[in-house]
Amino acid sequence: MSCTTIQVADLRFTYPGAHDSVLDGLSVSIGEGERVALLGPNGSGKTTFVLHLNGLLSLQSGTIRIGDLDMTDANLPEIRRRVGAVFQDADDQLFMQSVRDDVSFGPANLGVPRGDLDGVVERALDQVGAMPLIDRTPHHLSGGEKRRVAIATVLAMEPHALVLDEPTSGLDPVGRRELAELLAGLPQTQLVVTHDLPFALQTCPRSMIVSGGKVVADGPTREVLADAELLAANRLELPYGFDVSAL
Amino acid sequence: MIAMHAPDGFLEAPVALATAVIALVFVALALRVSGRELGDRQVPLAGIAAAFIFAAQMFNFPVAAGTTGHLMGGALAAILLGPWVGSLVVTVVVVVQALLFADGGLTALGYNVLNMATVTAFGGWAVFRLMRRFMPRNAAGVMGATAIAALVSVVLSAAAFSVQWLFGASAEVPFDTVFGAMVGVHVLIGVGEAIISALAVGAVLAARPDLVTGASDLDATQLAGGRRVGRRTFVLGGLFVSLVFAAVVSQFAVDNPDGLEKVAIDEGFIDSGRDHALDSSIFSDYATSGVGNETLSLAVAGVSGVLITLLVGLGLISAARQGRDRIAAS
Amino acid sequence: MAGGLDGRGVGHLVIHGHSPVHRLAPETKVVSTFAFVICVALTPREQMWAFGVHAAVALSIVVLAGLPARVVLARLAVIIPFLTFAALVPFVAGGEEIEVLGIGLSRDGLWGAWNVAAKASIGATASIILSATTSVPEILRALTRLRVPKVLVSIMAFMMRYLDLLVDQLGRMRTSMTARCHDPRWLWQAKPIASSAGALFVRSYERGERVHQAMLSRGFTGTMPDLEEQATPGGDWARAALPPVVALAALLAAVML
Repeated sequence: MSCTTIQVADLRFTYPGAHDSVLDGLSVSIGEGERVALLGPNGSGKTTFVLHLNGLLSLQSGTIRIGDLDMTDANLPEIRRRVGAVFQDADDQLFMQSVRDDVSFGPANLGVPRGDLDGVVERALDQVGAMPLIDRTPHHLSGGEKRRVAIATVLAMEPHALVLDEPTSGLDPVGRRELAELLAGLPQTQLVVTHDLPFALQTCPRSMIVSGGKVVADGPTREVLADAELLAANRLELPYGFDVSAL
Repeated sequence: MIAMHAPDGFLEAPVALATAVIALVFVALALRVSGRELGDRQVPLAGIAAAFIFAAQMFNFPVAAGTTGHLMGGALAAILLGPWVGSLVVTVVVVVQALLFADGGLTALGYNVLNMATVTAFGGWAVFRLMRRFMPRNAAGVMGATAIAALVSVVLSAAAFSVQWLFGASAEVPFDTVFGAMVGVHVLIGVGEAIISALAVGAVLAARPDLVTGASDLDATQLAGGRRVGRRTFVLGGLFVSLVFAAVVSQFAVDNPDGLEKVAIDEGFIDSGRDHALDSSIFSDYATSGVGNETLSLAVAGVSGVLITLLVGLGLISAARQGRDRIAAS
Repeated sequence: MAGGLDGRGVGHLVIHGHSPVHRLAPETKVVSTFAFVICVALTPREQMWAFGVHAAVALSIVVLAGLPARVVLARLAVIIPFLTFAALVPFVAGGEEIEVLGIGLSRDGLWGAWNVAAKASIGATASIILSATTSVPEILRALTRLRVPKVLVSIMAFMMRYLDLLVDQLGRMRTSMTARCHDPRWLWQAKPIASSAGALFVRSYERGERVHQAMLSRGFTGTMPDLEEQATPGGDWARAALPPVVALAALLAAVML
């Protein structure tokens, strides 16, 4: 059992004050180095699941294991380091005054000494190709730039796995391609939560469909996307003119 | 006349210093009290709330026929975030406005913070809690209490400035003129603030009632139900209150022994020959010379001062009690 | 009127440059600005020459920092309402009257008007110089080094970060409302504005919650990490002290005479 596996069993969750549960027995098993897409319509519980993977929501029912660590309060700091979460809105993740400060935030919290911070920051920005942006203000960056810097803020903590929530939202086609290329070059285990089906096909060999708070399909992406009935049943649709079999 | 975001030199140095000290005490207290909450989750929230108030102040709302006013936000901040955090948030806004935007003098920070952040937040909170007792226990009632609290907070702010003028005027404009003009104008602005604040709180209650600290005693079913206060009642009630206020205040601002004063003099209530009422070194000579009726002026200043202190004090007590209840409940 | 920048936020305050003023350590500039303005505010209004000295000091820093005059003047517009008030004072104030162009004006009122006008404009210029030569991160670092409570600085930091975003969002709301032909002139038409303000508050609050989650997921445990620690160059304190020292000299001379 290596450090980069994600094992989730029978996860259930209901938001306080809500009637219906958002997660209703979600089980997921992701091995080292895998790239998995988590597909599903809006409201299927994908973002709630992402929050669970970083211990940002209290565990109500079920188990989560990241590598050899169970999700407990004591393990939270290490789990948060191992699983780097990139959230849907990059503006939520870039809350410091400059890119440099934002990328430094994570490693500084982990106790990286001040003298080593610059090196760590520069390496992370290099990995995403955003070194020129190092002294810029987050507010002035473009959507694609913000996305890359957000990923860098997480990479600076040297995670074993990346979880990305709707990473292509707000990106133009060139931006999407660049993001796909960037992710392909990163060594971490990746879980991409998305309803951008072509992007899933491009980046993840394996896909799961989440609907009604649980996993309803799990298999090679190509097969999942070729199953038109399955997609339709879960409110998923390929873009106009997109032909999986032709690729 | 505007005296919010007052520039340097508007009030004399002793008053600037005294108000700065008082403001600092309040800030220190607020930090201490809300330190528990602000230590963890609430700092980004308070910061974003500050950004919201700042942004909201930048945009004008129409008052009449194309002229505009703008929001102060102290009462709104207190009702949404609680008076301690609310006053801190508006303090940060006022400080940054002075420091970076030259909107308010750096030496005027004492009274600007006091008038725009402290008095509005705590005074507004006190009035809000008072009004909540008379209002129906539902969303409309919260909005109604918000409206009155917001109106009074703005007027209190203007009154506070006028009292400060009495002690530290920098020009020979008598207290009663300043009071009359300031309070009169701010009653109008207050109406705008009242409506906007009430509607804004209503919108928040509809989406995320848990974000309105002032309504934390009501649950979802209570908010939705009950007797609704009619909109017409609001508008008419508000107009009536404003008119009465304005009439009383304007009488006071007029210099000639007219109206109320004439009656008072004729009936022998006020000795028109006596002019030593305000002859004290603590009062600014500028603010006291040319005052139409000294006893009345002193009375108004005294009543205003007492009222402001009372309401702010009530606000503090209420805030302390609220904080204790919340800690006990968690 | 708050902001005074026609709906633009903090991002456009700094006027880039490499002047000696820009390069000074920010905490020295903050202290210097306060000290200078205090001296100006304490100067007795009758000593007009002293204000001449203060103004000369301010102007020379504007020149030294390479700040374009029209930008400084545009930002000074924020004090116009008070200049208007000042202009009214001679007509409204009491006391001895003197004749000016055939009109009876209060002698003391004229002095009062001068007092407000002089102190407001010089004080405002000092703030403008500070914000034009010091970036927001520098201001925050300055306040931290000056021992302002960390909580306050953190609130300020988040406020600065998200102010531009909120101003944009509020602006976009107004635009979309105007596009739907809602151009309010009267207060009762303000309902949509107020409701959208409330909605914006909710969205802002929810963003605050998400920001906090993002902070937690990057290891935040309650206190902001110290990202930088540099000692203030001693020479900077001395250099920054020049304007307030000159102002102080003028103040003392003005008071003694």
